[in-house]
Amino acid sequence: MIDRIPSGFHPFVLPFLFGMVFVLSYCLFGMVRILWQLPKKDLRKFLLSLINPKIIVKNCWDILKDCLIHVKLWKRNKLLGYMHSSIAFGWFMLIVLGHLEVFLFVPERIHMFYYPIFFNYFVAEVGDVTIQGALLMFLMDFFLLVVLSGIVLAMIKRVHSRFFGMRRTARPSLLNQIGLYALWAIFPLRLLAESFTAHISGGSFLTIPANWLFRQFLGNDLNMLPTWWAYSIALCVFMCVLPFTRYMHIPAEMMLIPLRNAGIKIRDSRKGFAKLQVYSCPNCGVCIDACPMSVNRGNLKDCTVYLTRQMRRGNEKRIEEISDKCLLCGKCHTVCQVQVEGPQLRIIERSRRHYNLSPDYSNIDVQPMVEASSGAKVLYFSGCMSQLTPAIGQSVESILKKADVDYVWMDREGGLCCGRPMLTAGRFEAAKEIVHKNEEIILGSGADTLLVSCPICYKMFKEEYQLKGIRVVHYSQYFNELLQQEKLHLEKSDLCYVFHDPCELGRGCGIYDEPRKLIGKSAGIAEAEKNRAESICCGGSLGSLTLSFAQREEMTRAALENLYTSRADAIATACPLCMATFSRYADRPVRDIAEILDAQSSPVSEKNQ
Amino acid sequence: MDFGFSLSKSSTINLDTVDTTLFRKLCEMEPDARICMSCGSCSASCTAAPFSGMSLRKVILAIQRDQDVRPMLSNCMLCGKCTMVCPRGINTRHLILTLYRIYDR
Repeated sequence: MIDRIPSGFHPFVLPFLFGMVFVLSYCLFGMVRILWQLPKKDLRKFLLSLINPKIIVKNCWDILKDCLIHVKLWKRNKLLGYMHSSIAFGWFMLIVLGHLEVFLFVPERIHMFYYPIFFNYFVAEVGDVTIQGALLMFLMDFFLLVVLSGIVLAMIKRVHSRFFGMRRTARPSLLNQIGLYALWAIFPLRLLAESFTAHISGGSFLTIPANWLFRQFLGNDLNMLPTWWAYSIALCVFMCVLPFTRYMHIPAEMMLIPLRNAGIKIRDSRKGFAKLQVYSCPNCGVCIDACPMSVNRGNLKDCTVYLTRQMRRGNEKRIEEISDKCLLCGKCHTVCQVQVEGPQLRIIERSRRHYNLSPDYSNIDVQPMVEASSGAKVLYFSGCMSQLTPAIGQSVESILKKADVDYVWMDREGGLCCGRPMLTAGRFEAAKEIVHKNEEIILGSGADTLLVSCPICYKMFKEEYQLKGIRVVHYSQYFNELLQQEKLHLEKSDLCYVFHDPCELGRGCGIYDEPRKLIGKSAGIAEAEKNRAESICCGGSLGSLTLSFAQREEMTRAALENLYTSRADAIATACPLCMATFSRYADRPVRDIAEILDAQSSPVSEKNQ
Repeated sequence: MDFGFSLSKSSTINLDTVDTTLFRKLCEMEPDARICMSCGSCSASCTAAPFSGMSLRKVILAIQRDQDVRPMLSNCMLCGKCTMVCPRGINTRHLILTLYRIYDR
């Protein structure tokens, strides 16, 4: 294989070069800007993580897994996974193999960085084909075929998304469409260009037959240059619109992964890490189908994909609407391939609002509450919402008595809120004040275990409270421990329950198995179609600030329909809010896991008598 | 001079002279404020009630009469129980947040 063109240059590489320089400088500039916007502490943390060998390996592995092979997407949807990994990984291999070709055959050209892209134009095959050359040519054709198959799937998806099991996808804007069509055009053009040149440069199973075919009716070389020009221009168009389209997620995600692995959190909803997340959103629209608000085609434009879009456009009115409406159930974050933190992004966004009035809790005297909470090892906190569902607290108390636990009920006569509703409303200062008040009570009580039955409070205690020396435990975990220690005697009932995973407990705290174990021991258990991390929010969530009662009803009914698929006799849940919300519309009983356990359990001593 | 008793300030409310701009603004941003029927479910379930006498029913009435609601509102924790119990389905939390936002007295 030898150089065919002595200068190693042809004007058709110029569009490509222009696009490449543009996109690289844009990304470099953006990268520096995002790092600049990070708080100094985070920046230090990130830079230190870059020299930690463990995190380096994790970064490389995650980039390979998520950006090139799209493992998570494969797990979710095979066709979508194939489509993405064929284009991403195939293209990546074409670039790598192109460089390898240049390195092996014309090493003196390796410094011209357009050479690997247009290799077939610049070389000619002379003499016998070496085995290396044939293998490389074969691989190049093979990966081109892989990419083309992905492109065909992408075209089908655009026309008929249901073929991919997606009911709804995000509608691309004009620039996105230009980027999309440019991307589609690149690879067929490359095939054509390489085919027209194949009798000079050589080729493999794809390009040589195509070359032969074209020569049957296009008997000259005049088509060669226009197709190479077109290929270069398609690349240029794609790269020039890339920063302004969803394809920005390709470079952005490669930076997001190291930042996330370094443990960086969102501090400002418009700067630094948040901005990077917004740019990392690939606009795939998986969150639209997942969003509980999108039931009956309502609120379609309030999903995370539209939040990131509006944030890129700077549409303040819509940003406010979208961030206030969300239930913060966290499902979009769970299903998101690049893990854009939709809920967190919204909470921080809410904190930007200006209020004329601020809450002030300095008048609340916690001393009487400290005294009422003292004197026991286990401090039970039922949460304020449980006052609307008194059965939960009563059942927990009854179980604790049966198991002979030394406990005191901290908010039996009403206490303070845990602060999470205030936190999710974006009023961090007020939430902190409530947190401090509660900390005073809990630390002052002298207990060593804080037993919590409300998952909203549980998440708050776990994440925002400084409770040194006190074990925070969810009642589902605690009751399992009691059963393990054989402090309770259980009798199994023949009722069958379906367990609804509350958002804050499942996706929020990762507790899925303990409540199921409890139900499994005291009654029958069935599973709904969508459960665990895929569970659908009950619609009563305090996360949403603006959803109306009527809108919520639709969501609750949709969540109930999902639970009915299990054909269970009754619904079990572990959240007072889910329970109150479901009880309103459910056609079968809704029970808390504590109620179920309480009904089936008896003290061990009674059994022995 | 101390007569052993005192006169309390008149609590007459003249609805013709009361400044209702704040209430109208509130209704504009949160129309639910108009459908409250003052049943008091929110007051009964309120977490902040024992501390600041918070009662959303009273707040809505007081705003219509242009009375000071700041002391009551200051202890609201946005816990959302009032939303759960409201028979009219008022989005009480948004109503309170809107008040926090536009309150200018």
